[in-house]
Amino acid sequence: MLIFITRRVASMVLTMIAVSMLLFAALEVNIENVAVKVLGPYSSLEQREIWLERNGYFDPIYVRYARWLGDFAVGDFGESIRFKTEVSEVMVPRLINTAILALCVFAVVIPVALVLGVLSGMREGSKLDRSISVTSIVTTSVPEFASAPLLSVVFVFWLGLLPGTSGMAAGFDPIQLILPAAVLIIYDFGYVTRMTRASMAEVMTTNYIRTAVLKGLPYRRVIVRHALRNALIAPFTVIMLQVNWLLSGVIVVEYFFAYKGFGALLLEASLNQDIYLIEACAMVAVFVAVMTQALADIGYTYLNPRIRFS
Amino acid sequence: MTDATANQGAGGRAPRVTPSRLSRVVAGIALLRESTVGMVGVGLVLLWITMALLATLNSLLVEAGVLQLGFVFPPNATLAPLMPPMSDFVVRAGATVNELPVEQICSEITSGENQGSYSCGTFWLGTDHLGRDIWSRIFYGSQTVLTWAPIATFCAYAVGIPMGLAAGYRGGWVDDFLSFVANVILSFPVLVLFVLFITLVGASAINIVVAITFASAPGIMRIVRGLTLDLRTREYVFAAQTRGEPTWWILFVEILPNARGPLIVDSMLRLGYVIITIGVLGFLGLGLPPPDPDWGGMINETRQMAMSFPWMVIFPCLAISSLVLGFNLLADGLREISLRD
Repeated sequence: MLIFITRRVASMVLTMIAVSMLLFAALEVNIENVAVKVLGPYSSLEQREIWLERNGYFDPIYVRYARWLGDFAVGDFGESIRFKTEVSEVMVPRLINTAILALCVFAVVIPVALVLGVLSGMREGSKLDRSISVTSIVTTSVPEFASAPLLSVVFVFWLGLLPGTSGMAAGFDPIQLILPAAVLIIYDFGYVTRMTRASMAEVMTTNYIRTAVLKGLPYRRVIVRHALRNALIAPFTVIMLQVNWLLSGVIVVEYFFAYKGFGALLLEASLNQDIYLIEACAMVAVFVAVMTQALADIGYTYLNPRIRFS
Repeated sequence: MTDATANQGAGGRAPRVTPSRLSRVVAGIALLRESTVGMVGVGLVLLWITMALLATLNSLLVEAGVLQLGFVFPPNATLAPLMPPMSDFVVRAGATVNELPVEQICSEITSGENQGSYSCGTFWLGTDHLGRDIWSRIFYGSQTVLTWAPIATFCAYAVGIPMGLAAGYRGGWVDDFLSFVANVILSFPVLVLFVLFITLVGASAINIVVAITFASAPGIMRIVRGLTLDLRTREYVFAAQTRGEPTWWILFVEILPNARGPLIVDSMLRLGYVIITIGVLGFLGLGLPPPDPDWGGMINETRQMAMSFPWMVIFPCLAISSLVLGFNLLADGLREISLRD
């Protein structure tokens, strides 16, 4: 276990360093643009030079990288040039907002997808299975930037039931969360459903299920006691990996509904070449990616007795 | 698998002539007919491919002077008022449409309240905020999507397959290195990579292809690596090694063709995903430059007006969703068939 954790942490640190170097190198392509973004398009060349000079942009790239890395290691994420304040001050509330959105999404996706997946995998090829499968393909095929306008047209403009933006201007308002969460749920639940279905269908063809049916157990008991336990191991991994996907999947939705979350922040930072903000966001993203992967692996080992006891 | 050629050898003789590559491909496509879902997917995809080809033909004919306005309006031509779907394009005498005098290309209305004006056709799906025909923009936009999405997907495979084969076959430090690179790229939100890259180097079709290749190749590499790890222990690979075949031969002639099943299914799914990605870039305003119709860009330009003119945003959404749905259904049909035997 200790070796496992050490290896994971080491690989996480390596990945973080690689990603941060990649980003630094990518922004090097036209570094002068940073001054234009800060000072505006009508600033003179001298003003830009002075700004770049004062903020240390003329140092060689490795010096700037080393400086950033040193600061980052002691918890100083630098200053955002877009928001003109500490990066952590901007990022933390945004992360919390996205976490709330993600919680709402998972609270619906997990039960719905698992139930539908189990129902359709239980009797492969049945009418129910076919309709659930086709529904999940259809909903996964509608991209977020298409389902968001479609849902807004119906619920905001025609029915007038929900607010069209989720800016949370007047404090936190759960009603404003419904549309962004719905868009993410629609796009996301199909994938988890299909994975659960595949896993359930595979379990249903195994010998111990046949034995259980043949020895005359009630069908309900076969499903609940015998099949579900093994069928739900694979979806657990899939759901953990969805956390990582959601972190970038929220970009379009947050942009569309003007929700002040992590994805919108990341988009704004990249559009403005706000290097320290991008770096900090990227580190969070990598951290989440590696952590969810590790949790998925640990959970898989724990849930699967064949691995646990070997 | 029911193979037409296998039945010839039912009398105990092995078939003397191996069937040609083309007939095997045709037989493979015919198998898809057993899957309703797959056929619906094929239908949707073929529908859009036909549209894209017709659009190309249309602009060629207009350029050659055979047709004056084409079957549908050129994408940026009609500067009409904002009009709902199924409204007529009525132009008064003396005006021009697509820089041509209206008398030349439209038929005169001889009765009713618009007598003396000219009828130039119908806006089936209405017009957008600049008075351009939405149907013709969707129609011509299919060209853009169906050109660049397959090219980008192909490039991603051209990069990902050799990486995966090398990692899976060689193992050792090659595998460690390539897997690490893949992990680095996959652990980062892909969309941000696109946005950064496009804002840095500018939005053009080639740059979008490069960005998609960069972001999709690691995923393909992982799949190919897994398949190679399984296939490299097969007898025919040992046989080739014993014969002293060069490594590239073993990789591309022995292993790759045997890994094609999952790869074909994956390529259809990925094509759908690439279409979504190109759409997202258009939606974020980082797609192809404005005058050319591009579905994602159309949604972005008109979404602010969805309250008063919902048709402007609904139809591009339906267009892109149906195309992605086509590829996803096709992938599902193919998987169903490949799992059957």
